[in-house]
Amino acid sequence: MSEESDLHALVVSFLGLSLISVGGGIAVLPEMSRLVVEEHGWMSQLHFAKLFALAQAAPGPNIMVVGLIGWHVAGAGGMFAAMAAMCGPTSLLAYGFTRLQRREFPWLKRVERGLVPVAVGLIAASGLLLAEGTVREAPLVLPVVAGSFLFVWRTARSPLWVLGAGALFGALLLRP
Amino acid sequence: MRLRELFLGYAKIGLLGFGGVAVIARHVIVEERRWLSERDYAEVLGLGQVLPGPNVGNAAIMIGRRFRGLTGALAATAGLYAAPLCILVLLAMFYDAFGQDPHVAPVMRGIAAAAAGMVIGMALKMGTKLKPPIELVLVGAAALVAGAFLRLPLPVIVLGLGPLGIWLSLRRARA
Repeated sequence: MSEESDLHALVVSFLGLSLISVGGGIAVLPEMSRLVVEEHGWMSQLHFAKLFALAQAAPGPNIMVVGLIGWHVAGAGGMFAAMAAMCGPTSLLAYGFTRLQRREFPWLKRVERGLVPVAVGLIAASGLLLAEGTVREAPLVLPVVAGSFLFVWRTARSPLWVLGAGALFGALLLRP
Repeated sequence: MRLRELFLGYAKIGLLGFGGVAVIARHVIVEERRWLSERDYAEVLGLGQVLPGPNVGNAAIMIGRRFRGLTGALAATAGLYAAPLCILVLLAMFYDAFGQDPHVAPVMRGIAAAAAGMVIGMALKMGTKLKPPIELVLVGAAALVAGAFLRLPLPVIVLGLGPLGIWLSLRRARA
C-alpha cells in the first residue's frame, strides 16, 4: 500500500474510533487491534501487544499508543495524523461542552454511572486480548500476567514496578 | 492563572503519568496546585468521561478553557502531550532498531505480559471501587464477553450496551 493511502486509512480509522471511544484509550483497544491487525493487516497481534507495552512503559496518557501505531505505519507523519484524528474532534467536543454545569443536569451523573460499567468491561476485554497475544507466543509469561494483575488490583503502587519486574523476568528467563 | 503555569502543570502530569495519567492528574490539579476543588475536578472529569475521547485529555481542554480560554486549552493540551510524545518517539526508534535483537526481544515480551496483566487489574480495580448494582455488573460482564470472546465490533457493543446501562441506571435512580 502506498504511504498516502496508509495515512488516509489511519486518519479514517482513528477518526471513527475516537467518536465511539467511551471510557478512554484502553477501552477501545480491542477495536483498535481489530482495525490494525485484522482489517488493515498493519501488524501482528503480538506486535500490537508489544507496541501497547512500549506506550505503557513511557509516561503520558494511555491514548498515546495511537501515536505509536501511526509511527509504525507511516513514520512521523503517521504519528501526528493518527493522534490528531484520535484527539482532534473529541477535543473540540470537550471545548464546546466546557460551560456545561453538571449540577444543573443531575441525570448526567446517572448516565455516567450507566456507561462506566461498559467501559470497565471493555477495558477488561482489552487486557484479556493482550494477555492472549503474549501468552500464546511464550506460555512462560503466564505468571507475569497473573502477578501483574494481582499487584495492580490489590495495591496502589506505581505500575512501573510490574513493568520493571516483567522486563527483568524476560531478561532472565525468556532468553532463547 | 498564567499560561505558563497551565502548560507546566500539565507537562508534569504527562511526564509523571506512568500507566495512565488519571491518578497524577488529580494529585497535581487538586492537591498540589489547587486549581480546582475535589468536587469541581470530579465534575470536570465526569463530563470528560461521558464525552468520547481520552478522559484526562478532555479535562485538560475544559480546565484550560475555563482559566484562559482557547489559548489556555491549547497550552494545557500541549503540556500534556508534548514531552510524552517526544519520549515515545525515542522509544519507537529504539524499538525499531533493537526490537528484534535477541537480548531486547525477551525483555519486551516480559514488559508486554506485565502490561496485559496490568490492564486486567486496572479494570477490576475500577469495577470494585464503583460498587455497581448487580444489573450494571451484568452489563459490564456482557461488554467483556462481547469484546474479548465474541469479538463484536465496538460500535455494536457501545450502541447496544451503552443505552442499556444508562436506562438501567436511570431506572434505579427513580426506584
